[in-house]
Formats: sequence, C-alpha cells, structure tokens
Amino acid sequence: MDNKIEIKKLIISSSPHLLNTDSTKSIMWTVSIFLMPACIFGIYVFGLYAGLVVLVSIISSILAEIISQLARKKKITIDDGSAFLTGLLLGMNMPPSVPLYIPIISSIFAIVIVKQAFGGLGQNWANPAIAGRVFALVAWSKQMTTWQTPFVADSLTTATPLLALKSALLERGGNVNIGPIQLLQSLPSDFLRTETTYLKLFFGYKGGCIGEISIFLLLLAALYLIIRKIITLEIPLSYIGTVAIIAWVFDGTRFGLGFFNGDPLFHILTGGLVLGAFFMATDMVTTPITVKGRIIFGIGCGIITMLIRMFGGLPEGVSLSILFMNMLTPAIDRFIKIKPLGFYPKKE
Amino acid sequence: MNKSFGFRGIHPEDYKHLTNKKAIENTDVPNVVYIPTIQHIGAPPKIVVNVGQIVEEGQLIAEADGFISANVHSSIPGKVIAIEERYITTGKKSPVIVIELNGEFKKTGRNIILDDWHSMSKEALLKKIKDYGIVGLGGATFPTHVKLTIPQGKKVDTLIINGAECEPFLTCDHRLMIEKSEELLEGINILNKILDVKNIFIGIEANKKDAIKRLKILTHNKYPFKVVSLKTKYPQGDEKQLIKAITGRIVPVDKLPMDVGVVVQNVSTVIAIKEAIVNDKPLIDRVITVSGSGIKEPKNLKVKIGTLIKDVIEECSGFKKEVKKVIVGGPMMGFTQMNLDSPITKGCSGILVWTENEYQDFLANSICINCGKCISSCAFGLMPTLINKFIRNKLYEKALDYGIMFCKECGACAYSCPAKIPLVQTFRMGKDIIRKLILNKK
Repeated sequence: MDNKIEIKKLIISSSPHLLNTDSTKSIMWTVSIFLMPACIFGIYVFGLYAGLVVLVSIISSILAEIISQLARKKKITIDDGSAFLTGLLLGMNMPPSVPLYIPIISSIFAIVIVKQAFGGLGQNWANPAIAGRVFALVAWSKQMTTWQTPFVADSLTTATPLLALKSALLERGGNVNIGPIQLLQSLPSDFLRTETTYLKLFFGYKGGCIGEISIFLLLLAALYLIIRKIITLEIPLSYIGTVAIIAWVFDGTRFGLGFFNGDPLFHILTGGLVLGAFFMATDMVTTPITVKGRIIFGIGCGIITMLIRMFGGLPEGVSLSILFMNMLTPAIDRFIKIKPLGFYPKKE
Repeated sequence: MNKSFGFRGIHPEDYKHLTNKKAIENTDVPNVVYIPTIQHIGAPPKIVVNVGQIVEEGQLIAEADGFISANVHSSIPGKVIAIEERYITTGKKSPVIVIELNGEFKKTGRNIILDDWHSMSKEALLKKIKDYGIVGLGGATFPTHVKLTIPQGKKVDTLIINGAECEPFLTCDHRLMIEKSEELLEGINILNKILDVKNIFIGIEANKKDAIKRLKILTHNKYPFKVVSLKTKYPQGDEKQLIKAITGRIVPVDKLPMDVGVVVQNVSTVIAIKEAIVNDKPLIDRVITVSGSGIKEPKNLKVKIGTLIKDVIEECSGFKKEVKKVIVGGPMMGFTQMNLDSPITKGCSGILVWTENEYQDFLANSICINCGKCISSCAFGLMPTLINKFIRNKLYEKALDYGIMFCKECGACAYSCPAKIPLVQTFRMGKDIIRKLILNKK
C-alpha cells in the first residue's frame, strides 16, 4: 500500500487516545430506559390515564427544552436525553389522577426556570424533576395529594400508606401501641386492611405516585445501573441507611412503642424513598463530586426525610429533602477536598 | 489475591490478545538509520562523530553532557552520511545522526559472554551502565545510572521490577518476561549487587498469567525474589502506584521513590542492563509492539534504534485499512505521528496503527455534568473537574492549590469523562502556563 496517501490523513491529538464508551447521552438514555418497567407497572396498576400523565410530562419537558434553547440561541440538545429523563421522572412522581395542566406547568417550571435559566445541562442548581414536583406540591397541594386505589379507575379516596398512617396517628393522638403495619390493618378502609403487607408494599400493590410503587422493579433497574457504574452506591446506601436507622431508633416513639422499636422496613417500602434514593438523589449534576461529599449528601437527605415523615405536616419528605440537599451541594463540594496522594501539609 | 494501589483507577479494554502470544522477531537491518541524540530526559548529549566518519556497531556517537544525560551509540556499522535536524516521535526536533550500513556487525549475532561481573565493583557496574547509555525503557527514559546512584544518607531496602505493563495494546514487556526470563533474573542479580537490598519484588498485572507462572517457577527456591500478581488496572504501572500496591509505602508528592527506600526498574531496562554488563552490548536495540487494527500482521519486534517507523510497518506487511492514527507508545500516554519518517528511539515501547475501529472523536466534547467520575479515576487523588474549570477560567493560583503540578498526565480522567472533556490535555497546557507565570517568578 502506498504510504504517501495515508500520511495526509493521519490525525494528530494529545493523549489519551482511548476513551470510555459511556457518554452523557448514553447515561441519560440508559437511565430512562431502565426506569420504564416501573413506570409501565404504574400505568398497568392505575390505568391508561396515568400513562397520559407521564406522556404529557415528557412531551412538555422536551418542548420546553426546545423553546428555551431557541430563545437562548443555543444548539438544541434534546437528543442527549436529559429533557426526556426529567419529563419521565416528573411524570413518575405525579399522582395517577392528577389534572393534566399540573404536569405541563411543572415540566415548564423544571426545564425553563430550574435548568435553562441557569445555563442548561450541568448548570442547574437542583434536580429539575424534584424542583418541578415540589413546585406542584406547593401550588396544587390538594390535587397533588389525591390518590387512587390500585386497579380501581375512579376511586379517589384511598390514601397512600404514609398519608393514612399520619392521619390515623393524628386521630388517635399517638400511643397506639402497635406498629405501622398493624395500625394500617386496623383502619376502616377495606383496601388497607387486606393489602398492607410487606410483600404487597414491595411489589407495588398500594396507593402512591405512578412510578414509585414498584420497589421490586426499581431495585432491579438500579441493580443493573450500579453494575454498569452509571449510578454509584454512596448516596442510595447512606440515604436509605440513615432513614432505616432513624426509623428503627426513634420512629417507635410515635406509636407509643418507645425507642429502638421503629419499623425501618415500612419506611423503606413506602413513599418515594427507593425511587428518590436510587434515581433522583443520584442525579450527577446536583450531587457532590467526591465520595465523602456524597455520603454527607445521603445522610442529610435521610435525616430531613425522617424529620418530615415524623414531625412534618406532609406525609412524605423525599423530594423536599433532596431539593434541600441539592442546594447544599456547592457548599459540600467547597469544603470536602481530596488530598493528593503523598500530600502532607508544609511545615511553616 | 491481586494487589492494587487502591479503589481509584480505570479499566480500559486491554487489546493485548493481538500480540501477547507472538514471539519476539528480529527485524531486517535497515540500510540507513537515523539516530536522534535526544532520547532521554536530561541534558542533550554532545555529538562526537563527523560526517564521513566510519563507525562500528555500538560505537559512541554522542556523549552524555553532565550527570543527568545519556550516551548514544551507533546501532549499525557504517558511515555517517549526515547530521541533520529531524522530528522525533515526541513531536519535538532533535539533531539526528544518519548512518549508512557498511561493514561488519560486531555485537549482533555474536555470542559474547563476560562472566566476570561478579568480581566487578559497584562503581564499575554503574559506570558501565552509564557508558552503555542505558535509560528507563518503560517510556520515561530517565538515565538509569542516575536512578541507581543512591546519594549519601539515603537507604534503599527494596527493589521493584515493573512488569505491570498497564497500557493497553503493549505486550513487549510481557513477551520479554516469558522469552528472556533467565536474562531478566540475571539482570536483577546485577541490580541487587549495585543496590544491595533486602526485598526484591517483580510486579506483574494479572492479565499476564503465563509470565507470572513462569517467573514463579523459575524463582522458586532459587532466588529470593517475590513475584507479585497485581490487579489489572490503569495506571498500575506508574512508579508511585506500584510502590503503594506492593509495599504500601506512599511516596510524598515532592519526593522520589528512593526517599521511601525503593528503586523501581522496568523489565526491558533490566534486560538491557544485563545485556550491557554480560553481553557487552550498549543500548542499540529494543523490543517494541506493533499492533492495532490497521496493521496487517501485529508483532513484537526487536528493532535497531534509529529505524524509521515506516520500515517497522513494512516489516509487519504494511497497512490493512485506511489509517486514522499512528501512535508511538501506548494509547493512554503515547504520541500521535504526523508522518512515518521519525526514527524509533530508546523510549518507544510500541507503534499502534489505528483505523476507525479504535478511533474515537476527541472533539465531540460537551459540558461537564459534575458526575465526579474523573475524581474516582484519578489514582493521584486530584480533582480533575475542578482543576479543569480553574485553568479554563485562568485561576492558575487555585489550580496550583488543588495540586495540578502533582498530575502525572496518565490520562485516566480524560478516559473516564462521559462528557469527553479533554481534561489531561488542559492540564498539560495549564502546567506549562503555571511554570512560566508563577513558578519561575518565585
């Protein structure tokens, strides 16, 4: 072969010449795809209207991204999957029977105000999906806490396990002397009486947001993403670990059972903890960059979640805790530094 | 249990199957060699031959200028036909001595064996290593005699032989450990005579099982050397990481391995030392790996210093497909070539010919998403994403604060980045600027 022809085409670059095959785009789309089973399960349980909520949320996120990038005269980057993922997560965090204008406005808020106004991907100060959900929760608290019984299309009466628990405790003034599972089973609701078991909570036969109910499918997806090293374990473990410890040590006092008698498993299997800890608190942009920082982030989320669940007016605190820790992330990154290998403080 | 330097680092695909079963072959002697004088770190040597002069194989043609410098020898017998400037594989220019083949080989193919090294003094051995132009063949090309000269007051108790070869594609050290294991062990004995150490380790990555096994069998009950299996992970072969993995000692950032009592030598270097002392052969050839999907026959070759890249590629039957990149060295730290007219130097460990199969677009970078993967890949404990932002915003003092000068440019950060940000490339530029702006002023 004639070497002369080849020489003209040789590419010059600075090393390294080998790059990892993972890209921002592949990470975003992989996470989106692996969230699908849990999302589809939610649609199967709550009916097609829930699917419409997710779809509308995704489409309005993508449209909001296109319009704001046009307005900012930037390249349109919806192919990187981040707007899709935001829409999907937001949709999965909506109650199944929510009016459609709520996911639309929340998506626009998430993309335009939280993400694009601060400079787009990589610059957002909070996880857009979380911020969108909290926005909706504050703006339309009634619609955002109206729940649906699994497999019953029109019933709007059933509460989520956490909500039912909170109101039952308020009614009976604490000191019920039984754990959360037994307490829920003792309530007048037929559904809660027969269906509140650890196994059914785990597989997702309960009221809640569209995407958060199937702990089983969420954990399966998380397992794959952890093996692929797309999500790291620091935040989920420290987050869920903190929730479990606080629940075990302190939560029993709410039921008149005293310390060290709480039910950590109940707290893990209910609410959006698994969805939040594995898929929303691990959002790369808004979490600390160091391992130590991430552990602090997870512990902080766990403490705030349990404070809200035990003492707050709201039944659930996952999104608020993540939002709050998102805001603390720059401070954590500023103070947690890594010491270079072999570094020692210079003697003055 | 495989030893490792810690949790950080990266796991690139190693591509070693292309050449790791192929025995080292000798190349045809080129008609003309182009021997650069700058083949090492340190002062450039002085040329001691003139155009028209007849030289023998192994004759000194450029003499070390000062202590941290190295001699250069003619790799073939012949006539000096020119002394010119030429680009070398690192992309810099060097004076090059051009020698046309003529006459008789006095080293190659002769079985010279000098058995008397046991009676030689430490100083005589060191002098021979210096005279014969031995430099570190792992890629850094630091003059070996400097590394082996322990200053007064420092005590070295450990010698580590670096057989990690953590760069993907390269298999030359692997083949040497299998085919020249006796020579390697004799070379270690010579080093031990110079250094007189307590512990000797041979560190080999676990992807070279056959080499580990062979050296374990050969050393069993015969030599007090410990063969250590290391986890396959980049940058396991870096001097400081290797020391941490094997001895647990951490070399302070501004100190040398000898400050923690360790000397590290590469496998190829040890064999070159043995050939210098026992076979009376200066460093005039080395083993390189020619690999990649663009080369017809990937090979491990013993090449005369000064052979042009295109002659080596010819030796492997030429190109197979349209070539995108030619890299000298490994894919993580090697240099891309603008043409095939640069000569092989002492520091070249391989030639990689890449087509679109391996080529990745380094211009497709996007914005940082704060994932922290660069931090968890940096074996030196730096925070590449932050240093990158400091350099880009001209905050050089801050970059200095965050330890940019401790960067070894291994490239793990840029490899791991999902946004494909040229991190290490920015640091190279930043280090240069910082040296000029800040450090030179102080």
